[in-house]
Amino acid sequence: MDAQAIVDLLKGGYPEGAIEPAPSGDGMPSIYVAREHLQQVCLELRDRPELRFVFAADLTAVDFMPREPRYEVVLLVASFGVAGYGDRARRLRVKVRVPGDDPRMPTTSGIWPAMNWAERELWDMFGIHLDGHPDMRRILMPDDWEGHPARKDYPVQIKKPYKVFEALQLTPEEFVENVQATRERARRE
Amino acid sequence: MADFEIPVLTTTVEKMVQWARRSSIWPVTFGLACCAIEMMAMSASRYDIARFGAEVFRGSPRQSDLMIVAGRLSRKMAPVLRRIYDQMPEPKYVISMGACASVGGVFDNYAIVQGVDQIVPVDVFVPGCPPRPESLIYGIVQLQRKIDQQRLTELSSEESQRVRLA
Repeated sequence: MDAQAIVDLLKGGYPEGAIEPAPSGDGMPSIYVAREHLQQVCLELRDRPELRFVFAADLTAVDFMPREPRYEVVLLVASFGVAGYGDRARRLRVKVRVPGDDPRMPTTSGIWPAMNWAERELWDMFGIHLDGHPDMRRILMPDDWEGHPARKDYPVQIKKPYKVFEALQLTPEEFVENVQATRERARRE
Repeated sequence: MADFEIPVLTTTVEKMVQWARRSSIWPVTFGLACCAIEMMAMSASRYDIARFGAEVFRGSPRQSDLMIVAGRLSRKMAPVLRRIYDQMPEPKYVISMGACASVGGVFDNYAIVQGVDQIVPVDVFVPGCPPRPESLIYGIVQLQRKIDQQRLTELSSEESQRVRLA
């Protein structure tokens, strides 16, 4: 099933231009999806019996800086072609255009739970906020980091003082509680 | 058995303690990147660091004398490295293994610490990318020489220097 067939299958019920085939250099079907309709389209990609893209393999983005819309988020999904997971093995590339002055898109972590961490990485590296994400924190960089390193305008060879000390990730109350629980357990044993 | 054949050796306490210390440098298991593979090769049978008494990689910093920083140290890992170093008992030593640990190597960027001597005091720098096991063994032998030259009486003042440096 090529990109045009997938678009023809899906496009009923969406406004003109919400889903369209994307150019693909490697022969892998690719589609553009407008970000307003991303969640609905992804749900259909996962649940329609003729598609059944049950596996979200990866999520990343490309920063085309001077161009607008600046970012293109790339979502790779797959269908396994084993019993209950689609009638044949195939892959699909879903692209979402995200403007530079409003870098946000809806989350798909409710559709593919594996996207939870991938979307946190997207936020961490590109600063694209995922609306509706249950846990929108940084994942690779330290929590107090400023900026998003994979953006084209990020100063890569930045010189900042290094942190050599990090407080334990516990409040004093939690610490006391842990100690007491350990003592309790030791006493029981 | 004649008297002169009694198996006795005379030496000083200091020399003997230094001999014992340098002949059993136990490194902490702390591999960060590809250099750790060479570090493992060094401890395995082909290169066999057991010949120099440094083969016992301890899983706990509290039982080790030496930290081999094997690989690039990320900013996020820096506090962790420092904490492990602080948990090691004195006297303790650090070998900075390879280009990344020593000066940042090819990773001149926001994520990597440009030289672990900004985090912990380093005794021996081993160059290479990655250094061959022989290089690292040479580094350990250099460290043994350094330990040999330390006097027990001077140790305390040097430790205080180390603390000031860190």
